[in-house]
Amino acid sequence: MADIKVEKKKGWKDLPACDYLEAGSAAAFETGDWRSEKPVWIPENCIQCLFCWVYCPDSSVIVKDGQMTGFDYKHCKGCGICATECPGKKGNKAIKMEAEKK
Amino acid sequence: MANLKELSKRPELLSGGHRLCAGCGAGIIARQVMMAAADKPVVVANATGCLEVSTTIYPFSAWKTSWFHSAFENAAASCSGMEAAYKALKRTGKVDKDIRFITFGGDGGTYDIGFQSLSGAMERRHRMLYVCYNNEAYMNTGIQRSSATPLGAYASTSPVGKVKKGKEQIKKDLTKVMVAHNIPYVGQTAVGYWNDLTTKVQKALETDGPTFINVLQPCRLGWGYNPADTAVLGRLAVETCFWPIYEVVDGKYKINVKPKEKKPITEYLKLQTRFKHLLRPENAGIVAEIQKNIDENWAWLQMMEECSNKAGV
Ligand SMILES: Cc1ncc(C[n+]2csc(CCOP(=O)(O)OP(=O)(O)O)c2C)c(N)n1
Ligand code: SF4
Ligand code: SF4
Ligand code: SF4
Ligand SMILES: [Mg+2]
Repeated sequence: MADIKVEKKKGWKDLPACDYLEAGSAAAFETGDWRSEKPVWIPENCIQCLFCWVYCPDSSVIVKDGQMTGFDYKHCKGCGICATECPGKKGNKAIKMEAEKK
Repeated sequence: MANLKELSKRPELLSGGHRLCAGCGAGIIARQVMMAAADKPVVVANATGCLEVSTTIYPFSAWKTSWFHSAFENAAASCSGMEAAYKALKRTGKVDKDIRFITFGGDGGTYDIGFQSLSGAMERRHRMLYVCYNNEAYMNTGIQRSSATPLGAYASTSPVGKVKKGKEQIKKDLTKVMVAHNIPYVGQTAVGYWNDLTTKVQKALETDGPTFINVLQPCRLGWGYNPADTAVLGRLAVETCFWPIYEVVDGKYKINVKPKEKKPITEYLKLQTRFKHLLRPENAGIVAEIQKNIDENWAWLQMMEECSNKAGV
């Protein structure tokens, strides 16, 4: 991925009338610093249902070969949806939200 | 239809790093629609609104597929033009791939300003799927009411005070309007039912003609709730029959999710700031009207399911 830098703000006359943006380049932008709470994965309670992955609005649950393996903290905004949706094992959730240390 | 493990092995077509609010239901809808579509090349057109603005803040884009934006009111027209160009290229042998076309529009972009371009594209019978991510107001510009905003809801242009009690009109039922276009596939669903949404998208994309899906999208900012509950709220809308989940395939109705017991609408209203004023005793009449509308619509839908599936209809 090309390293895209946010340029100095342009005036409307300098902006292109039409432009192509690089596909998926938003991944270079960090939204993880929006978090006030972070999701923490507890693997022993995980039943690999992937509900966390399918409901994350920020593509921040990392799944490899069909298995949940953790979070992408560069982009996770700490909304807590994954923790709400997580059924866990025998009522013990496999995701808990913890206050983000500032 | 593909299960979660299968879906997770497809390419992720929406990256992180977009600027939708934390917990935004539009991000969930866009991801789930794209995971259902990702087994073939797909072109996306997007009307102006939170989804478009937040995923393509200059100079970035979160889309990992061909994506097009021109204006607020013409996403369906843009998509239909691309689909027509593709058909011409295919006819002349310049393209041989099987490419799909999806349009995303908010409720403002779909029910109101983009309505005629949507209606036209459907009537011209382009092979394209139109997905309305419906958060029931113009969220990106500060929660103005749209024709999708429900009766009694607060919006910045339907305020709550001594005289006004939120929106004074009932919402437009756009799903019914789309059914009236006699297109082969119309679906209605909500955030919180990943399997229903991804199944509907796969069915729609297999359909040779115009298709439309209306997805209720909880918006933590405009609705006012704890962002962790985005999918919970979508499910409550369905469990109260405020937003039934159904599809109409070639004119035949099917209710895809039937709540075991219909919860009272107050269960849904009380979790949202936009409806908070309705729980005051003096506004009980508005709540009763909302409940009555729900009950009548639910009875109507069940009746349609029954009679449209009778032999010979
Ligand atoms: C012709 C035109 N009018 C007004 C606007 C300003 N505008 C940008 S986004 C938006 C609201 C979109 O509402 P909706 O379609 O419901 O999508 P949401 O933001 O709720 O996701 C408005 C009014 C515009 N971009 N173009
Ligand atoms: S907290 Fe929200 S953004 Fe972070 S991984 Fe969970 S669902 Fe995704
Ligand atoms: S939702 Fe919970 S149990 Fe399911 S895969 Fe995610 S962490 Fe594991
Ligand atoms: S205002 Fe609502 S729809 Fe817009 S990004 Fe925020 S949560 Fe999503
Ligand atoms: Mg909207």
